Amino acid sequence: MNLALSEEQEMLRTMARDFLTDKLPKAVVKEIEQSELGYSAELWQEMAGLGWMGLAFPEKYGGSGMSFLDLAVLFEEMGRACLPGPYFSSVVLGGLTIADIGSDEQKQEYLPQIAGGDIIFTLALTEASASYDADIETRATADNDGYVINGTKLFVSDAHIADYMLVVARTDEKAKPEKGLTIFIVDGKSQGISSTVLKTIANDKLCEVVFKQVKVPKENILGELNQGWDEVQKIIQRAAVAKCCEMVGCIQQALDMTVSYAKERKQYDRPIGSFQVIQHYCADMATDVDGTRLSTYQAAWMLSEGLPCTREVAIAKAWAGEACQRVMALAHQIHGAIGVTIDHDLQYYTRRAKAAEVSFGDANFYREVVAQEMGL
Amino acid sequence: MDFRLTDEQEKFRLEVRKFLEEEIKQGLWQPTCDAWIMGHDPEFTKRVAKQGWIGLTWPKEHGGQERSFIDRLVLTEEMLRYGAPAACHWFADRQIGGAIVHYGTEEQKRELLPIILKGEAYVGLGMSEPDAGSDLASLKTKAAEDGDDYIIDGQKTWTSGGSKMNWIYLVARTDPDAPKHRGISEFFFETSLPGVDVQPIVDITGGVHFNEVFFENVRIPKKCLIGEKNKGFYQILNQLDYERSGMERLMANYPLFDALIKYTRETRRKGKPLAEDQVIRPKLAQLQIEFEIGRLHMYRVAKVMDEGRAPNWESSMSKAYGTAFEQHLASTAIEIMGLYGQLSPQSKWVPIQGMAYHSYLSSKGYSLQAGTTEVLKNILALRKLELPNQ
Repeated sequence: MNLALSEEQEMLRTMARDFLTDKLPKAVVKEIEQSELGYSAELWQEMAGLGWMGLAFPEKYGGSGMSFLDLAVLFEEMGRACLPGPYFSSVVLGGLTIADIGSDEQKQEYLPQIAGGDIIFTLALTEASASYDADIETRATADNDGYVINGTKLFVSDAHIADYMLVVARTDEKAKPEKGLTIFIVDGKSQGISSTVLKTIANDKLCEVVFKQVKVPKENILGELNQGWDEVQKIIQRAAVAKCCEMVGCIQQALDMTVSYAKERKQYDRPIGSFQVIQHYCADMATDVDGTRLSTYQAAWMLSEGLPCTREVAIAKAWAGEACQRVMALAHQIHGAIGVTIDHDLQYYTRRAKAAEVSFGDANFYREVVAQEMGL
Repeated sequence: MDFRLTDEQEKFRLEVRKFLEEEIKQGLWQPTCDAWIMGHDPEFTKRVAKQGWIGLTWPKEHGGQERSFIDRLVLTEEMLRYGAPAACHWFADRQIGGAIVHYGTEEQKRELLPIILKGEAYVGLGMSEPDAGSDLASLKTKAAEDGDDYIIDGQKTWTSGGSKMNWIYLVARTDPDAPKHRGISEFFFETSLPGVDVQPIVDITGGVHFNEVFFENVRIPKKCLIGEKNKGFYQILNQLDYERSGMERLMANYPLFDALIKYTRETRRKGKPLAEDQVIRPKLAQLQIEFEIGRLHMYRVAKVMDEGRAPNWESSMSKAYGTAFEQHLASTAIEIMGLYGQLSPQSKWVPIQGMAYHSYLSSKGYSLQAGTTEVLKNILALRKLELPNQ
């Protein structure tokens, strides 16, 4: 057993932290969040230049051939820095899915472009039901040499800027819900697609995407016809763990900020951090942070090793989502009124932690997964 | 990073399981909750000793096997999973042997360690006193030098070990004039000496595992002093890190968890098993999640010890976390069983041998013994987060 990151992973962490500290002060985060696009093209290109987009893609497709665990380190730092933009969508939802089940042509076509930061991908999965179950209503109907997609997707991250979307649509009405779904690579500029950015708690550009008679050639099927759900579950796993990594970074930073504040802020002529009640709040936060970190990295490591990890991913995400809420609640309590002002950094973490909690499965969703894994 | 155990460790786990399953099959004992602290079975302890499973981590020159703390965690995890009656040797194996290896003289190591290794030292911990709980340094029990001996006078309380205790690890004041942390020493001796009076305390479950111990003019030879005179308080802080480090802070009630899951599968209400009830499923899953998080904390602590560090804040974190889990488990178990949950083990209709009843009551003490949750959080705040003392 070895619970430590490798020397290379520690170097990656240091590099990422230095870069993001330098390039992404909170004033910049704010500016990007408030912009229409929700990302900085300049920063995006710099990140591509550092090799971040293709970090976990195979070298033959323009990547660095590193592991999901390496990516986990990067996500933790992005969570700490509150990086806005489509990195998660393009790399995890899009790139890793293509790397996993794409044909060689598809990998050749898209992965080097994602790695270079030249195109942005996302995933159009969830709908009005707002669930991660197979109750998908968007339909793809066979038509000559291709398919025609109709339906409405909701909570699609970064669809407004995506060059391509992976669209999960029903291709067999008669089969069981899980057996009639297919993933399509859809050009974001196709006729019949309209995206509207939703106003969300994390300002993270989730969109409504309407597909109206959108034509897709059949060679744009990713994986196998009607077999898409198996891959969707893998996408959800990778996405959930990436979100957990962001949450680790988020609450670690919230803890660090809170401890610093408790050391500096004086009331009754002494630092508030010298009061036991504040100390115990901080101890509770630290325990939640470490539990989240341990379970998250366990899941990331298992994904990285290609080990079956349904149970570990479920444990990590269920725990992280709720632990984040406890940590942020205490962070606010200790910060006092200054922490609830829009100009204080804490609010970035509060908003993101809540969004991450419900993204790619909340604790209720994963408790049911754990119950099934327990054989209940 | 690698969360796997080695093949040898997995093999060792199977070996321990096979041993324990065979014991149960032979009807030598039944799995119970809290068996690590309440299950006194000298014969079981002897059989464990014969396997070489006491002193697993000690140096070979002292009769140990120099195996890792992860190995020991695997061993204790299985002991707890099966609710094995390991109380006779638990304290000696967990911390007293290690303390003697660390602080003892060559003579003490030669004389005392074999007794522990053979599974014959049923050690009680003589730390708390009526007026010295979390503030251990306020203890009043005296050890006064008298020629080649010390004379012990005073009273200890909450001393674990039940009626089986035959040795005591005592913390006593050796310099009444020094500042209170600097006048304390540690001793290890047999409780059969004249002047030692052990009085059982019946706990909230109706059971007896802790005692009051009175010392009146108890004469012990100077060779019973462990480590340096007047440095005992600093030694004990280190030992407490080990005392808090183990899986018993998470898995003391594993037999209850196991039985509860089985109960929900087998008990039907409203025409279906409880395990399929949409209110009960997430409660059980939540317990499993909390348990797995705790397990990761515990393995981290063992890793820290294998790196040669005392797990000072890590074991505070894991112990506070683990005992909160156990309290949650016991309370949820009663809640899930509803009206049946409140039945005592002696009741006609009691399910799962009344384990929930026992654990619920017993669990109230978990966040007190071996460092209250409040003391542990103080340690976390000061040592890990470096928050100011004043």
